Amino acid sequence: MRYLLLFLLLMPGFAVAAIEGYEFSSSDNERRFHSMTQELRCPTCQNQNISDSDAPLAADLRREVHRMIEAGESDQAIIDFMVLRFGDFVHYRPRLTSTTWFLWYGPYVLLALGFLAVILVSHNRRRKRRTLSPDDADAVSSADVVPDSENETGLEAHRLTPQEQQQLQKLLQQEQDK
Amino acid sequence: MIPELGQFSLILGLCLALLLSVVPMVGAYNGNQLWVDYARPLSKGVFAFLSFSLLCLGWAFLSNDFSVVYVANGSNTNLPWYFKISAIWGGHEGSLLLWVWIQAVWTLAVALKSKTLPHDIVGRVLGVMGMITVGFLLFILFTSNPFDRFLPGFPAEGADLNPLLQDFGLIVHPPTLYMGYVGLSVAFSFAIAALLSGRLDAAWARWSRPWTTVAWAFLTIGIALGSWWAYYELGWGGWWFWDPVENASLLPWLVATALIHSLAVSEKRGVFKSWTVLLAIAAFSLSLLGTFLVRSGVLTSVHAFATDPQRGMFILGMLIVVIGGSLLLYALRAGSVKSDSSFGLLSRESLLLVNNVLLTVACAMVLIGTLYPLVMDALNLGKISVGPPYFNALFVPLMSIMAVFLGIATVSRWKHTSVSMLVSQLWLSAVAAVVAGLVTLWLYGGVLEWWAGLALVLAYWILFTGMRDIYNRVRHRRNLWQGMRQQSRSFYGMILAHIGVAIMIVGVAMVTVFEEQTDMRMAPGDRMTFRDYTFIFDGTREVQGPNYISDMGRVRVLYQGEPYTEMFPEKRLYTARGMVMTQVALQPGLFRDLYIALGEQLEPESGAWAVRLQYKPFVRWIWLGAIFMTVGGVLAAADPRYRRQARRDAEMAKV
Repeated sequence: MRYLLLFLLLMPGFAVAAIEGYEFSSSDNERRFHSMTQELRCPTCQNQNISDSDAPLAADLRREVHRMIEAGESDQAIIDFMVLRFGDFVHYRPRLTSTTWFLWYGPYVLLALGFLAVILVSHNRRRKRRTLSPDDADAVSSADVVPDSENETGLEAHRLTPQEQQQLQKLLQQEQDK
Repeated sequence: MIPELGQFSLILGLCLALLLSVVPMVGAYNGNQLWVDYARPLSKGVFAFLSFSLLCLGWAFLSNDFSVVYVANGSNTNLPWYFKISAIWGGHEGSLLLWVWIQAVWTLAVALKSKTLPHDIVGRVLGVMGMITVGFLLFILFTSNPFDRFLPGFPAEGADLNPLLQDFGLIVHPPTLYMGYVGLSVAFSFAIAALLSGRLDAAWARWSRPWTTVAWAFLTIGIALGSWWAYYELGWGGWWFWDPVENASLLPWLVATALIHSLAVSEKRGVFKSWTVLLAIAAFSLSLLGTFLVRSGVLTSVHAFATDPQRGMFILGMLIVVIGGSLLLYALRAGSVKSDSSFGLLSRESLLLVNNVLLTVACAMVLIGTLYPLVMDALNLGKISVGPPYFNALFVPLMSIMAVFLGIATVSRWKHTSVSMLVSQLWLSAVAAVVAGLVTLWLYGGVLEWWAGLALVLAYWILFTGMRDIYNRVRHRRNLWQGMRQQSRSFYGMILAHIGVAIMIVGVAMVTVFEEQTDMRMAPGDRMTFRDYTFIFDGTREVQGPNYISDMGRVRVLYQGEPYTEMFPEKRLYTARGMVMTQVALQPGLFRDLYIALGEQLEPESGAWAVRLQYKPFVRWIWLGAIFMTVGGVLAAADPRYRRQARRDAEMAKV
């Protein structure tokens, strides 16, 4: 969907998936090759990983990753090697630093705040209910509403004008007719 | 001549939209019924002029009028007619015209379908929609006019539509996606109208609910179509890349999903009303933000924005007006909104609030991830890339928690639910889900893959709790069939959409965990085996298409050693642009896709090619789940209860 989605970044010459026939000494190495090339960003392309890109530089980097994996280097060593040459930009998984702290933990902080809000909101609502006797809880709390607002609970019967009463009767009648 | 007529029509549309955004609003403010009633005819007028304008652009494409810059850049005499029509929205200018036309379609729909609503509300809603139309029309006329001419010397032949876009996907994906994107402006307009009129009540929630649900359904199917298109068109076999452009559509979807749940609570229980309004504002603002991100070029680089800032500045200005204005209005008015009922810590209300928290946090997370590199770059803190590893690491846990709560909320009660009742309702579903999930995993894969297991358990959990919910509703009826028939359409819509979530979870997890892929050199006669399928490469031959030349490969597929099918991956050279494209060969199936893409020719003498073979289990389930959600949404919006209730609300309002 990348380019197609809003089909706006209409740039020519990006459409060919890069396909080469690398051979691997083990299927584990092949799997690592796929995941590594998908985690590394092609430095010269518009937001593409080096696995998908057909840019010449991406092809070089793929060859490099293939060589290092076959030479028995660890994933971390490959990433360090790439970051050394191209900077943090090349890795799609940003390192945790003082500047990216909020990126990684911000959402969790927000989640915690959100859950806290849910607890507080429902707690307040419950307390409001407890301070009233169970019977008139609904009636009184709906009386808090600004008087001219539309009443949705239908529990304000004692405050309806005769005209409204009539309307209510008519509506109830309609309901029974159905 | 015709393009000029289109241009005039666009300007006339702008004039009417200006009137639409002023007259009914002033009328509603002063209580002038006559002025308010101008809203409907003006909406029809805007629609008529913008439709004519769109037709003019279509005519320019069909008649190969290359004196129009936009047509010359995006079409070609050899382009088949259906692609000429879809080429209308194949570029920046035309897709904006489509956008504003769809805005007019929604405005017209509200004008026609709101007979039962109070006049002042209709006037205000249409007025706000008119303002949005004005904004986009100004943007088109000042910065992105599709009718601009190449005069006096225009090219004899067009540059052709980008071959990537010459596909069925371009015909269906943008219109549906835009229907969703722009449809959120209806929810937004209802929210603003409610704030302006001070009538922020359950009736408001009921009026805007079906509109929001339909827009959400369009957005769902639009995103899914985009994902499907990318899957078969790009030749990578991926279905979601966490690209900023994709995120731009996911952000409003996440908030819209929260909104339809929050609207349900506002309608049924009269609580969370101000929160719901905020979500409605946020959903549309995020659509606009997405437009800004995508259109301004800020994504390519912060500096690209600075070199050609005109378009970006315009949308940024619009974004500030819309978000700032609506939040200001919200701050002034939302304080007076009071809720008139209470609920406990464990209740359907609070559980739906949890749903809202999870969805908005997910949205915030995607937003942070999308904007973080831009902000860091702008502040000179260094260039970083935030990609799939980040998004997956945070999105998957959030959605897993959500799936757990989805099941709990399904069987919970309004106001108050006791723990013992929940336990008695849920223990069976929980045990059954764990057992069924693990058994399915063992039968399918024979291996203990942690993520796949979790996903299957969650999917069964959603399914079983949904069944439990149905059972709870029908068990007191005399017979099952009658009980099932008495349930409302919106109930079945909800169940269907939730099952869609379960289906999608299965698809995502299974294809991620169990897919197999290899890129290899294949000479004629070479073979490769995945699971039960053997692929034999037979070489390629040259094929002539309408506007391309193709090397078409032939791959025979054996299933358990028996001939099964033949597949024809292609490598096409589009002559007008000299662009090479991979055309993937797909053998789709409910439980697996076979996917072959042709790379480069490696040795002309032996006929060897680089070939990508992929085995994608359950990948269709991702889009199948989206189809379930869409159908569920449409079903829920079509519930006759809304129309009945709307009539009743209107009578109440009259008295």
